[in-house]
Amino acid sequence: MSMNRRSVVKAVAAGGALMGLSVLMPRAAMAAWTKAAFEASEQSAAIKALYGEDSATESPEVILDAPDIAENGAVVPVSVSTTLPNVESMSIFIENNPSPLAVQFMIPEGTEADVSTRVRMGKTTNVTAVVKADGVLHRATKEVKVTIGGCGG
Amino acid sequence: MSIMRVKARAGDGRTDVKMMARHEMETGQRKDKAGNVIPAKFLSEIEVKHGGKVVFAANLGPAVSKNPYFSFSFAGGASGDTLELSWKENTGKSGSETADIR
Repeated sequence: MSMNRRSVVKAVAAGGALMGLSVLMPRAAMAAWTKAAFEASEQSAAIKALYGEDSATESPEVILDAPDIAENGAVVPVSVSTTLPNVESMSIFIENNPSPLAVQFMIPEGTEADVSTRVRMGKTTNVTAVVKADGVLHRATKEVKVTIGGCGG
Repeated sequence: MSIMRVKARAGDGRTDVKMMARHEMETGQRKDKAGNVIPAKFLSEIEVKHGGKVVFAANLGPAVSKNPYFSFSFAGGASGDTLELSWKENTGKSGSETADIR
């Protein structure tokens, strides 16, 4: 592919227009279902596909509530909450599942950064909550021991 | 056909919502007795609005348990208000329904 000056200028302009669009979108706009993130088979790749980077640092302000031992991996209760301000999204990853990303919550303004759900776990592994607040990624991780896996059949 | 069971209660300037969607959440990893893979069929998106404003939105993968359950709270809402719920499947199927705040 030849990259003459004209095509480079065009590409930069198009990229700039796209970035402009994303800036104009409201903060907690409905984020689309990210196929690449949900289908990634490796956790770091899933986080990158969802957030564009895997830079989350452990934060005591992210509270991940999950059982120490889950007897039934098909139904594992998980809650994520945080005291961080300006939360945009919170997501749950299960490291050794075939696809680690389980769910992504968008937190609009006025909604508390505190959600609960139930997930499937194939086997004993780390559960990680990633919270995006003020544009920065934070995380908390907890190992959950699974007695009977809940993925196959 | 409605698939959502919703308990929403208003008080102290906020509304607490507990919701469960009746759905198999087929992972696409299971096989039937003949050894054929059962195709994935799961809820991929759920959105809840109050007075036209989005108060909760989730993107789901098949690792969310059968009959997905969520609880969350948002500021505002009053007894008798209506919540608008909409959902989408990975198959492209979608639906919407409403529930009242108690």
